[in-house]
Amino acid sequence: MNRPHKYDVIVIGAGGAGLMAARYAAQNPNVSIAVISKLYPTRSHTGAAQGGVGAALGNVSEDHPEWHAFDTIKGGDYLTDQHVAERFAHEVIEAVYELEHLGLPFSRTPDGRIAQRKFGGHTREFGKSAVERACYAADRTGHMILQTLYQQSIRDNVTFFNEFHVLDVLIEGGECLGVVAYELATGALHTFHAKATVIATGGNGRMFKVTSNAHALTGDLMSIVYRRGLPIEDPEFYQFHPTGLYRIGVLLTEGARGEGGILRNGAGERFMERYAPTIKDLAPRDMVSRAMYLEIREGRGSGPDKDYIHLDLTHIDADIIESRLPDVTEFARIYLGVNPITEPVPVQPTAHYAMGGIPTTIDTNVIRDGADTIVPGLYAAGEVSCASLHGANRLGTNSLGDLIVFGRRAGINAAAYAAAGGYNDLPHDSQERAHDLLERIRHGSGEERVAHIRQEMQDTMMDNASVFRTEETLSKQVTILDQLNERASHIGLDDSGRQYNTELMEAVELGFLLDNAEQLVHAALNRQESRGAHSREDHQERDDERWLKHTLVYKDGAGVRIDYKPVTLGKYEPKPRVY
Amino acid sequence: MQTTNVTLKIKRFNPEQDARPYWQAFEVEASPTDRVLDVLNEVKWELDGSLTFRRSCAHGICGSDAMLINGVNRLACKLLVKDLGATITVEPIRGLPVLKDLIVDMESFFDAYRAIVPYFVNDDPPPAGERLQSIEDREVFDDSTKCILCACCTTSCPVFWANERYLGPAAIVNAHRFIFDSRDQGAPQRLEVLAQTNGLWRCRTAYNCTESCPRDIPITRAIEEVKRELLWRRA
Repeated sequence: MNRPHKYDVIVIGAGGAGLMAARYAAQNPNVSIAVISKLYPTRSHTGAAQGGVGAALGNVSEDHPEWHAFDTIKGGDYLTDQHVAERFAHEVIEAVYELEHLGLPFSRTPDGRIAQRKFGGHTREFGKSAVERACYAADRTGHMILQTLYQQSIRDNVTFFNEFHVLDVLIEGGECLGVVAYELATGALHTFHAKATVIATGGNGRMFKVTSNAHALTGDLMSIVYRRGLPIEDPEFYQFHPTGLYRIGVLLTEGARGEGGILRNGAGERFMERYAPTIKDLAPRDMVSRAMYLEIREGRGSGPDKDYIHLDLTHIDADIIESRLPDVTEFARIYLGVNPITEPVPVQPTAHYAMGGIPTTIDTNVIRDGADTIVPGLYAAGEVSCASLHGANRLGTNSLGDLIVFGRRAGINAAAYAAAGGYNDLPHDSQERAHDLLERIRHGSGEERVAHIRQEMQDTMMDNASVFRTEETLSKQVTILDQLNERASHIGLDDSGRQYNTELMEAVELGFLLDNAEQLVHAALNRQESRGAHSREDHQERDDERWLKHTLVYKDGAGVRIDYKPVTLGKYEPKPRVY
Repeated sequence: MQTTNVTLKIKRFNPEQDARPYWQAFEVEASPTDRVLDVLNEVKWELDGSLTFRRSCAHGICGSDAMLINGVNRLACKLLVKDLGATITVEPIRGLPVLKDLIVDMESFFDAYRAIVPYFVNDDPPPAGERLQSIEDREVFDDSTKCILCACCTTSCPVFWANERYLGPAAIVNAHRFIFDSRDQGAPQRLEVLAQTNGLWRCRTAYNCTESCPRDIPITRAIEEVKRELLWRRA
């Protein structure tokens, strides 16, 4: 066994939130820092974000953080904690300027300022009309945030442990003491002893069949802290983006419909006219995904298996498509061999973003219950966390905003906490859980393949727990997940080696994903209303009287236990969500 | 969708078992629109779980899965079966030590990147808002901001094959990204690094880098622009 590594602050994950946390922790001269990532930092999925980061700079037209906060709260169907949205809308402005000062190559306005454009749900004067709030770097905003922060981490001389998979978070006596990680290159376990630990590991979209998420997004830490007895907040709120490329789920930007694109079913009908007569194809993401899913499920999809919808751009001027939608065109041409200028593009709703996650305070402290009791030494930021900024449905561009605002808060707060205190003693058996986890898989009875269980989970989660849910489909999925969990204890591996055993890691990740699926399905079964991205066909109305509260899901023996946490309201009274 | 039979020939190497690399062929059914990455996953998930490669985003953004496919450096997630024919050969990218199957040691590649001061340098106190930059000044280095550090370019460069200490096209492109950024002040430091023995002047304009870039960065042109900048500043 290796001797424990010792760092004042450990950051897990090297995407936007993790690198932002590392950057700001590194500004504190009194602490040592290390970043642990299961990838190389520049492979993180922040790099796939295109559209922009919303901040009320007012560079193109008048804007105010109050307007941004309101749009975020309304977009979240009033499940957003309002004090979080208000703080966020102010701090994201500072954070965007700081990124610019670190060299981020934003696109520019004619007068040399950061360029801004319109995006879904961002409005002026509390809903009057669209406003240019999304600060962008061409259609590579996430890529430029990731590159800029990684570049600065080189300048700050941050220590990285690349291709290290975290398998356990050490929580003893209610406090966090560090983590245990598996080194992919050697197969060795390492203990990282820390005063403060920041979790910034992103999403869990790989529990679904069709997703915009990278292979790496397997909800590892949402599962690990859950196994350690901490709750997950609001996992039933999962965003499906309407236009993922058929079968592979790669995102085609909302801008395609902004430029006049039309969604058509198998009969060529512009079906959105039936669902949203006024704004049709430009209805909110959750509404459009619901309509598409319904068309497919009722047999009106396109293609031989009637399982996709057409995004039709053929009536739009070719120059506009080439100049304003270059990514749509490139992805459609490469992956489907479809030229959007002359043919409609097969699309389907794609699993995109977890609104819920590890519950935190506004200061990114992880909390263990509905009374906001913090876990000393443990912080979380970005998609893995739930502050709760996004409520029941995230507004476009607020994911990148979340990373930089809460990543920064986590770095500053974790470093201050670490600088003020000492190290608690590690338990002598710190690697026991991680070791047992690996041994159970290595010595399983051996007839099941990881890929088969994973595919069944992904297929059935898509059928029973995605855009539409009912008590029947969710109950069925509870049973299916129990069976898959049982089968997952009989996995057999082809690779018994120690070096770069990616098959072993896929098996570990499958276990994490199954936990994430369990959290989502139980919370969705429990919530008897429809709100934002959670749509129950057997409870179609939002029910503020009973359900204006956050879900907390705990692991309880072989089952789950559900508790609640109040929503922090504020200036804005919950109203019907109409656009 | 109609499927087609594909023979996937993969250069295998397991350091715990093999003295030297060897070729292994797998017969796989694939759709014409499957990515090479999908076919590799099919082998890993159904036929041989020990097949080892890196992957993450699966759509050409993260840069994990650079490989030598039918003799050319490509991202496995950005190349389709229908564009390759019935036999597909896959090898690790060249010039870096092979660790296992298609995984190579990327450390020296990132060392070269780190050597060229790959971060924004401007020691003036920043304004309250943004530093201003014209649309034209922003455009000058736009292409070089697209780099995803996949190493397709550097590991297709014959100069790099012959001399592993050559900084290589990826590092030079990233130097270009900052040298031509009107807000940056670090060009002298970077040009000093690039002027050294294993820097800029090793480039023989073979164009392999430009041809292999999955982000369509005109790399050779960027290298020439940096060479000119260096000469201009010396003159």
